[in-house]
Amino acid sequence: MLHEQTEITVDELRHLISDRALEGETMLLNMGPQHPSTHGVLRLLLELDGERIISCIPDIGFLHTGIEKNMEAKTYEKALVMTDRMDYLNNLGNNLCYVLAIEKLVDLDVPERAMFIRVILTELQRIASHLVFLATHALDLGAMSVFLYCFREREIILDIFELCSGARMMTSYFRPGGLWRDVPPGFEAAVRDFIQYLPARIQQYEDLLTNNPIYIDRTKMIGPISGEDALRWGLSGPALRAAGIAWDLRKSNPYSGYERFDFDIPTGANGDVYDRYIVRIEEMRESLRIIEQALDNLPEGPIRSDNRKFVPPPRAELSHSMEAVIHHFKLWTEGFSAPKAAVYVPVESPRGELGCYLEGDGGPKPYRVHFRTPSFAALQTLPLLSKDFLVADLVAIISSMDPVLGDADR
Amino acid sequence: MGIESKLGNFGVATTTLEQVVNWSRTRAMWPMLFGLACCAIEMMAAQSADYDMSRFGMELMRASPRQSDLMIVAGRVTRKMAPVLRRLYDQMPEPKWVVAMGDCCSCGGVFNNYAIVPGVDEIVPVDVYVAGCPPRPEGLIHGILTLHEKVMGEKIKDHA
Amino acid sequence: MSVINAIELLQTNLGDKVLDVVTFRDQTSIELDKNVIVKACQLLRDQAEFNFLAAETAVDYWPEEPRFKIVYQLYSLPKKVFLGLHVMLSSDDLSIATIEEIYPNANWHEREIFDMFGIQFEGHSDLRRILMPHDWQGHPLRKDYPLGYEEVQFTFNFDEIERRKPYAKE
Repeated sequence: MLHEQTEITVDELRHLISDRALEGETMLLNMGPQHPSTHGVLRLLLELDGERIISCIPDIGFLHTGIEKNMEAKTYEKALVMTDRMDYLNNLGNNLCYVLAIEKLVDLDVPERAMFIRVILTELQRIASHLVFLATHALDLGAMSVFLYCFREREIILDIFELCSGARMMTSYFRPGGLWRDVPPGFEAAVRDFIQYLPARIQQYEDLLTNNPIYIDRTKMIGPISGEDALRWGLSGPALRAAGIAWDLRKSNPYSGYERFDFDIPTGANGDVYDRYIVRIEEMRESLRIIEQALDNLPEGPIRSDNRKFVPPPRAELSHSMEAVIHHFKLWTEGFSAPKAAVYVPVESPRGELGCYLEGDGGPKPYRVHFRTPSFAALQTLPLLSKDFLVADLVAIISSMDPVLGDADR
Repeated sequence: MGIESKLGNFGVATTTLEQVVNWSRTRAMWPMLFGLACCAIEMMAAQSADYDMSRFGMELMRASPRQSDLMIVAGRVTRKMAPVLRRLYDQMPEPKWVVAMGDCCSCGGVFNNYAIVPGVDEIVPVDVYVAGCPPRPEGLIHGILTLHEKVMGEKIKDHA
Repeated sequence: MSVINAIELLQTNLGDKVLDVVTFRDQTSIELDKNVIVKACQLLRDQAEFNFLAAETAVDYWPEEPRFKIVYQLYSLPKKVFLGLHVMLSSDDLSIATIEEIYPNANWHEREIFDMFGIQFEGHSDLRRILMPHDWQGHPLRKDYPLGYEEVQFTFNFDEIERRKPYAKE
């Protein structure tokens, strides 16, 4: 049913716009929520002096899905499917953040092999996400061919996900205590093919954009932010690294075995659109390095913890073990319980720090789940970044922050 | 193209006006460039080189509702977005069609809660539902071909 | 360890306003009196290098009292360590001072808490709803707010639900 909604009035936004707007000297313009360059359903209210942006008021929430509340109504394991749909370019990364939070809350160990596969898949997901960033960013600036190339490469990654989990996007492949099941036999060959193939492609994108004078004109010193400001405003991930601060949770607070891999943190200097682009391109190369190391050292062994209080027994055990039947029944009807305590687990998503605040109440359902999402922080800085730039630059700035509205609104 | 065989000796082919109109409507159906959530990514994938929706005369996505014939509701529709969506639909000129892409906008999907409209058919009349979470690009293309079949069977006076 | 320094810093400066220190799975959270939250953040940022507000959220314990818990997650880039702060709020006084002055990004986090839990932030520069429509009634993440569950349509109740489903008109 249609919720009859009244329009927001200028009076309510009086403190955010200048006096000149009321006199009609500057123009108030609505951009979005249906706009091709807002990357989803972001709405911006702009105050313009000619083409120049005086102030920019983001209005989010058009994709508020109630995921946090819905997760409170499900058991820990069932709520996992919700996380896939939150940041829909980083499905496996969201899974990882949530299962790490559960594992921390109930103190559950993960086998080595599962950790390595998690790393491989989340790094592939990072590349896929950066490819979508590059595609849409270039498309917004008028470079259609990059869009076609990037989506072509992304399909290969999605095929690998499909190989593992059966789904292209909503994989729900990581489970508390490990993985849903082991990777199929063709997995390693497929990933190796891909890491052989991609570097030349990344070079191709760079040939198209990095030294392209039109691209440089549209991006250099557009929407810059200093490192100090970026920290104050809670930016993280590539946006923060482009501003010169080499903070990466994979290095500073390693999780899921990232401390074993050798990789660099690319940084920029100016924190402008161009630097954010360069940082993401370099991150794709670093991700390839991590994947290669993980594949070379991929251990054999189980892929799920054998703690039967949290992980259901394999099918084969059910036929001869009464205990296994009991565990199976209990886990799939009631679910496992977590202690009455809270944890906060951050991971490095392609957009920055993705944190999961998970609180248990002793029962089988999470009492409170909150996701601290990087897009939320990124959109908050838009007024700061876009001030005194042109409307056409705003398009470049939005896409360079790589916001995913499902991530910001949850 | 095979059309020459239908010309005969006189260079004239007979058909009904309705068929010609419906044929031309299906062969240049411009969707609105309008994504909501996860399904929008798959919609973009359907536009890209691997799946290539332009095979069906749909390479041109219009950002303005005034220039589009088809609204692909790609993703979950929230209570906050619903009035906006209805306004966009009202701005589209007749004839217009709606494809509900994905489970969320077909029936609410996994989100049965306060924020999500359980099915976009409560907001706008839907012609084709595409199941999947999200549907594969092939799924979307199948949905659109189903819509083409439906349009081929329409009467002109329905849109008068 | 750097978290211990931070706890000592707060205890020496705030005395008995530091109500509790909870450590769970090597994560530390400090419970504070609600009147000192701004001062505590200021101290931690200026003297203990906690220069990043990672997250701010709330938890509802309805029907227990005190009903709400506001959670702050701070991070120190130089020390590479997270620190949690939390403040309990009882339902007869749902207001707390904003920390926007110290961490500007608290602005939106506090707007979200206001939107979802109805907690007032004193001195906040722009306290409007952020995720829900601006004329929405109620605060969805409170425990006494219903999830808004709708009956699912199966074969046995298909006709009944079909009849009352409000389909859109042209």
